[in-house]
Amino acid sequence: MDFSDTREEAAFRTEVRAWIDANAPKHLKPYLEASGFGTTNTGGYDTFAEAKAWQRRKAEAGWACLVWPKEYGGRGATPIQNVIWGQEEGVYGKLSGAFIIGQGMCAPTLMSAASETHKARYIPKIASGEEVWCQLFSEPASGSDLAGLRTRAEKDGDDWVINGQKIWTSGAQHSDYGILITRTDPTVAKHKGLTMFFLSMKSPGVDIRPIKQANGQSEFNEVYFENVRIPDSQRLGAVGDGWRVSLTTLMNERMAIGGGIATGFPDLMELVEDLPLGDGTAVENPVVRARLADWYVKAAGLKNTSARLLTALSKGQTPGPEASIGKLVAGNMMQDIAKFAIDLQGLGGALTDPTIAEGAARFQAMLLRSPAVRIEGGTDQILRNIIAERVLGLPEDMRADKGIPFNEIPSGASR
Amino acid sequence: MNFDFSDDQKLLRDQTARFLSERCGMDQVRAVLEGRAPYAEGVWTGLADMGLIGTAIPEQYGGTGAGYLELCLVAQELGAALAPTPFGSTVYLVTEALLRAGSEAQRAALLPAIAAGQLKGAFAVVEQRTALTPKSIETTFANGVLNGRKLVVPDGGIADLLVVLARNAAGHLGFYLVDLRSATVERENVKSIDPTRNTATITFRNTAAEPLGAGADGWAQLLALQDRAAVLYAFEQLGGALRALDMAVGYAKQRFAFGRAIGSFQAIKHMLADMYVTAKLAESNCYSAAWALSTDAAELPLAAATARVSATQAFQQCSKDNIQVHGGMGFTWEFDCHLYYRRSNFLALELGGLSVWEDRLVNGLRATQKPSAAA
Repeated sequence: MDFSDTREEAAFRTEVRAWIDANAPKHLKPYLEASGFGTTNTGGYDTFAEAKAWQRRKAEAGWACLVWPKEYGGRGATPIQNVIWGQEEGVYGKLSGAFIIGQGMCAPTLMSAASETHKARYIPKIASGEEVWCQLFSEPASGSDLAGLRTRAEKDGDDWVINGQKIWTSGAQHSDYGILITRTDPTVAKHKGLTMFFLSMKSPGVDIRPIKQANGQSEFNEVYFENVRIPDSQRLGAVGDGWRVSLTTLMNERMAIGGGIATGFPDLMELVEDLPLGDGTAVENPVVRARLADWYVKAAGLKNTSARLLTALSKGQTPGPEASIGKLVAGNMMQDIAKFAIDLQGLGGALTDPTIAEGAARFQAMLLRSPAVRIEGGTDQILRNIIAERVLGLPEDMRADKGIPFNEIPSGASR
Repeated sequence: MNFDFSDDQKLLRDQTARFLSERCGMDQVRAVLEGRAPYAEGVWTGLADMGLIGTAIPEQYGGTGAGYLELCLVAQELGAALAPTPFGSTVYLVTEALLRAGSEAQRAALLPAIAAGQLKGAFAVVEQRTALTPKSIETTFANGVLNGRKLVVPDGGIADLLVVLARNAAGHLGFYLVDLRSATVERENVKSIDPTRNTATITFRNTAAEPLGAGADGWAQLLALQDRAAVLYAFEQLGGALRALDMAVGYAKQRFAFGRAIGSFQAIKHMLADMYVTAKLAESNCYSAAWALSTDAAELPLAAATARVSATQAFQQCSKDNIQVHGGMGFTWEFDCHLYYRRSNFLALELGGLSVWEDRLVNGLRATQKPSAAA
């Protein structure tokens, strides 16, 4: 066991550090460092424009999407080199939020299913941030049961005509393109009648409407399709093979979202060191200490588990579905920590005004955002199913819709 | 970054596992449980023959000097098998006390016999039914003899060598060695929640003893020894947790109810998934602690407490829910579920309970002043 860099890794780190030092947008650093939970603070500068500029500069110098092949705008780097890059990029990595879906999920799907012409045309511009992509999967009536989706694609000449609605689409309003999963055959079993496409988000008939979330913010959108035409050449994979193609996206989603999710623990530790409680500070209280220990064990467990995943990566192994535990543990933890931190502040904990609430209302923001963490990218319950079935090898759930043509599956009142 | 055990270390683990599966089946555990043997003597001599007792004892003292990473993996297998031997008392506590605090003469005289399996050790500290404090130690050492009573001594009834925490004439705590091949004590085997481990009450009446090493601050020595032992016991707990999880998963696949395997019900599945998550976090925390132990890292107190709390939680959760998955059969004497439940609860107390280690964890965390490292 050895936690230090190998000689090659240390040399790479030096090179990365020097380039970042010479090129990073240092005028943004104080604002980025002061970003509250779930926000990207760029002071008076335009966040999206600054993000695009930093991404372009990285891409021009070969520091974008490091593990991708060079012909797609990457560097052909190893996964460990990518991790080192992330560690050194540090606070400037906050600027990458708008590109995560395109780079983490859409591009891998294109790499596995698009034509060579399309790969050459689109992937390098995803790397450079010139074009932003989104993922159009979830629907109002199909979340966990994604394969139950209803957005229709019907063939008309060389085009497909799309009608339906997607929901929970991050960044649709900034996106140039999207990958879309549709139902092309409702008369076969639900997994078999799906087909994937990509399309321009500027296509006629695409209507993007922001969702006002329970926490008052609007990170996600609804996207409506009314007779939207997509040329057959933009189909990803065979007709009816959309489920298999989408699994590539979802596997990458786990990798993109699964690692390094905030738990709130460092914020809590900071709070209890100074917060008065009884005759001392909160950290001296035995009840507080027991909770801290319990949460630290989980936070350290996640950190140490990622160190083991990195070790597996550096040996050329592929991390399996056990990566699912990251979000399952972190999401619950953040919700519990936020509740506990607020509880320690008495009624003052109810304040959400950042100018008077503790830490610019960080725990209040976590409290109100954390329910979504336990749902997005796989609910806690779906993640437990994945662990039980794919890691522990338990039998699949009984499915009432197994083998039944999609248009004969009972759907309750919402249809 | 290489956060994994080496192939050689894994080979040693596999050899230990194979030996235990052949020689330390549940018949051995049940022989001790039901009072037919005080411990599994054949397993103990087998462990000695394989050189495993001396895994971390340097070659100059008769060990193999393989090291602590290796010892961690041996501990994990012993925990999985519920091996009814005095391995923990002898190796994690008495041997460590000698290595860390013993004089050169004491090490040279005792460690070779320990490595050979000829001397079984016990660690005699606890006197009262309270959480351990310096004040609770009333056993005295004066004029070369000990007087007092140790209430709960794991492996105390079968040990040949005791390491005893006692108070000298000046009132200072220190450790003392009692060689039971010559010295006499009153020993009474007592019942505990885990009858697969020998447990005794030991009374000293003018028992001949000698100070361990130079007789430094005994309480500080105790805490340092506990940090090291906590890592090794955590691996035993981890081994037990993973085995209990395996048992539960295996049973959920073969037991049918309502016309289907019970493992296809989400109520069972999700319980098993939660057991897996807790055990997996404990495993990763144990790895980190193994690294700290093997390198004498400054982070050892925090890493040890983290592994201890994590592995205690994992073994308790997995052994408890293993019974739940087994239903009524899990509550029979005949099924092995209760043996894991019993062991998990004994190990949870052996170095001090969860609340003690939670407190030590927070102390360690504050001492490192880098809580963000665990984000």
